[in-house]
Amino acid sequence: MDLAKNNKSFDLECRDLRCNFGSFVAVDNVSFGVPEGDFFSILGPSGCGKTTILRMMAGFLEPTSGDILIKGKSVLNVPPNKRPVNMVFQHLALFPMMNVAENIAYGLIRQGVNKSDVSAKVNSALERIGLPGSGEKNIKQLSGGQQQRVAIARCLVLEPAALLLDEPLGALDLKLREHMKVELKKMQSQFDTTFVYITHDQSEALVMSNHVAVMNEGRFEQIGTPQDLYYNPNTAFVAGFVGESNRWHGRVDEVDATGIRVSTAEGVSFLAVPAGKERLAVGDAVDIFVRPESVVIAHDETRAHEMDNRLSGNVISVLFNGANSRALVREGRSGGELDVALPQTGEFSNLAVGQKVFLGWDQAQAKAFACPSGNNQGQGT
Amino acid sequence: MNTSNAARLGLILLLAPLLVWLLALVILPHIDMLLISLRERVAPQVYERSFANYAEFFTEPLYWRTFARTAIMSISATALTLLIAFPVSYYIAKMLRGRLKGFLFLLCLVPFWVSELVRTFGWMILLRESGVISNVLQWTGLADGPVEMLYNDATIMVGLVYTSMLFMVVPLVTTLDSLEDSLVEAGYDLGGNGLTVLRTIIIPHAMPGIVSGCIVVFMLTLGNYLTPILLGGKSSMWFTAQIYTQFITRFNWELGAAFGFLLLALSSAIVWTGLKLSRQTLSESMG
Amino acid sequence: MIPSIPQPRSFRTIYGAYVVLFFIYLISPLVVVAIFAFNDSMFPSLPWGGFTLDWFLNSTEPRLGLFHDSRLLDSIWTSFYIACWVMTLSVAVGISNAFLFERKSFPLKNLLYMLMLLPLVIPGVILGISILVFSSTIANWVELNLGLNLEFLRPSSFLVILGQFSFISTITTLIIAARLRKFDTSLEEAAQSLGAGKMVAVWTVTIPYLKPAIIGAAIVAFLMSFENFNTTLMLVGSDQPLTIAMYGRLREGSTPELNALSLLLMAASGTLALLSVFVQRDRK
Repeated sequence: MDLAKNNKSFDLECRDLRCNFGSFVAVDNVSFGVPEGDFFSILGPSGCGKTTILRMMAGFLEPTSGDILIKGKSVLNVPPNKRPVNMVFQHLALFPMMNVAENIAYGLIRQGVNKSDVSAKVNSALERIGLPGSGEKNIKQLSGGQQQRVAIARCLVLEPAALLLDEPLGALDLKLREHMKVELKKMQSQFDTTFVYITHDQSEALVMSNHVAVMNEGRFEQIGTPQDLYYNPNTAFVAGFVGESNRWHGRVDEVDATGIRVSTAEGVSFLAVPAGKERLAVGDAVDIFVRPESVVIAHDETRAHEMDNRLSGNVISVLFNGANSRALVREGRSGGELDVALPQTGEFSNLAVGQKVFLGWDQAQAKAFACPSGNNQGQGT
Repeated sequence: MNTSNAARLGLILLLAPLLVWLLALVILPHIDMLLISLRERVAPQVYERSFANYAEFFTEPLYWRTFARTAIMSISATALTLLIAFPVSYYIAKMLRGRLKGFLFLLCLVPFWVSELVRTFGWMILLRESGVISNVLQWTGLADGPVEMLYNDATIMVGLVYTSMLFMVVPLVTTLDSLEDSLVEAGYDLGGNGLTVLRTIIIPHAMPGIVSGCIVVFMLTLGNYLTPILLGGKSSMWFTAQIYTQFITRFNWELGAAFGFLLLALSSAIVWTGLKLSRQTLSESMG
Repeated sequence: MIPSIPQPRSFRTIYGAYVVLFFIYLISPLVVVAIFAFNDSMFPSLPWGGFTLDWFLNSTEPRLGLFHDSRLLDSIWTSFYIACWVMTLSVAVGISNAFLFERKSFPLKNLLYMLMLLPLVIPGVILGISILVFSSTIANWVELNLGLNLEFLRPSSFLVILGQFSFISTITTLIIAARLRKFDTSLEEAAQSLGAGKMVAVWTVTIPYLKPAIIGAAIVAFLMSFENFNTTLMLVGSDQPLTIAMYGRLREGSTPELNALSLLLMAASGTLALLSVFVQRDRK
């Protein structure tokens, strides 16, 4: 799905955006559009250039080339304070010398809104974020989650074309982060504003977004819905970065209409389907990705028998985590380790270390990507 | 383009006050003073380049003796201040907790916000012949008659140490405060005793504070005028008083400027040596 | 030698006693100055002549009280006037320097920073004479070549202001720069993102953040100027600031009026000092 070619009206659009720092290319020809009311995330490891894109959209960095359009108008050479987008900073950047109400009123006063309207708008914003009557409070009196909401409300009272969020959950502890994911999503639909959210945390991106762009080394690897990225990754990077996977490296032995057969250096042979854009030919080096939950686990050989790929091995570790329990299995022939999701039926509740198990998965669950220059390093599970 | 022009304009606007200040009030005045110290009046309004003023300093014993005496007394006062201030700073930084600590630290600071003149005046009231201590001594029978304690070197020293105390206590308390208790505990745990822990852990940690405290105290003592003059009277023989005499009383600016430079050279030399010995830089110990 | 490590009782007692002695040493000169302000005697010394407020309030010689001594009151005014100027100038330059050294990069930055620190290591007397020499050089040159007599470049309050400003600016710069270093620049960006121009962002966010440091620096500058003696001594003109006037009286041998004045100074500077400590501590 290519959003840039879609004819719907975009709130925010980047065309062939590029940003160099000296000889380092931070952002390399990135194009995308964010439709109105979308929750759009840019997901990537730290240093991939996602913050650079956000800062260019906010106006704190000038692109080396390319164009940025907000509501269809180019904003190049428009200073940050004149752009109809607002930013929520990584550490929120709430003004410590002002109280809650003054923080929310800050942008309204800059717009020259008159005093009575300012206080009316501030009060209604406080109510919408569930902090009525907290206007006089000092920023430090608020909890982490409340500060988060104030930082967002401070932008949303200005009714921006889009809200830019720079990993705002990064500073929160795990439990609050889980809670804020739901809250952010709710706020976005409540205020009906376009959100552009950058994060290195895939679960934040997947849970909240309508669309996610996966970014690596200055380029967009893939743009799509969370489901798209998870089930139909276009590149090995996306398959490895989004969700967890077991990974093998091997060479193509056979190509036919249903897929390919690959054998690894250890002599294990797999059936897989080509998933990338490149056509695969016999002899190509490929990486194969299989999700832990696609692997069927059985105590005896018959259950796994109808699967296209079959293995057996011994349990080396049980990672119990309620519904997300896993087992680590050492495969008999190659000695490689597999991460396997345990079914929630309780059938494997007494699985013990050293026990022999049988594993299997369908050909369609094994995605093969051409491996550039035979390089088999990278993100594993 | 626009933004870089604005940035350059901003830089120039911010640089201007700094450059005007440094050039007009610090650099050019000192260059001018150097030039004046290097000239000799051969006739009214007629001057010649010469080292005569510096030569006079070295040939006239009163001058260089005053100079040496000022230097030695300043170094002694600095050492004495450090010796007296260190245990107190350690007590405030490490032995006390909470409110009492904050209060005593403030108590160390507040007297020094009061003018040096007032503080010296207090010492005069205490130490003069008809002063408080003299009376107490007579009353307790330790002395038969009035005791004059002003106008000697020990008194000057008491005053100088007193005046400098703040500038030693503050850096010492700050650095000692950053010493973690666990380091001291580890020192004892690994078999050290009070002295070895002091020598191997506490003093090395406090070194930056000791150096910056000593530099500031030395500088202030060397350049002091009030305390030696008021507490030492005519016998004080302090070099800043010599400079004052040459400039204001004798109106011999050439010699006075030369004296000023010698004092500056002395203080720079000792500060520089102190920094080198402790391997620190000026910005580290001042900033 | 920390509370968690046991020490012999005798050691603790001696150490505690030493600290107590130290504080007696610290406080006693100030206490005697204060007490003798109320001594009903012509001299600030024993014997104690009884309690009186004459040294504040009496209006006739020879027991002229402080509030009726127009010469001293004039010199307080002169000091106040000088201190206000020095405070304003050095705080303004301090703010500018703080932004320069914390926000900008330019060639020779380190050298300029070292030069900026220099006035701290130059004895005050020498700062005074160098400015005296230089201003006279200029004044003489102007007089000789242009025939103008620039009176303000001769020893005067103007020169005193310049002399004090020359080293107090270093101190205000250090105080304000230390606070600016802790400022999170994303606050300024947040202001810009919310619609403030660059200057408005600095004015509405950065300056309020610096306010405690600016107030603290202003108080320090005011007190240092008001109490300065060394630099002032070399540059003073016909209007004597308070420290110079007090010095003259001290050498003459004075009545307890001087104690009364000292007590007032202590009260005023003590209050200001505490204020500056609390202003700077509060919002850290």
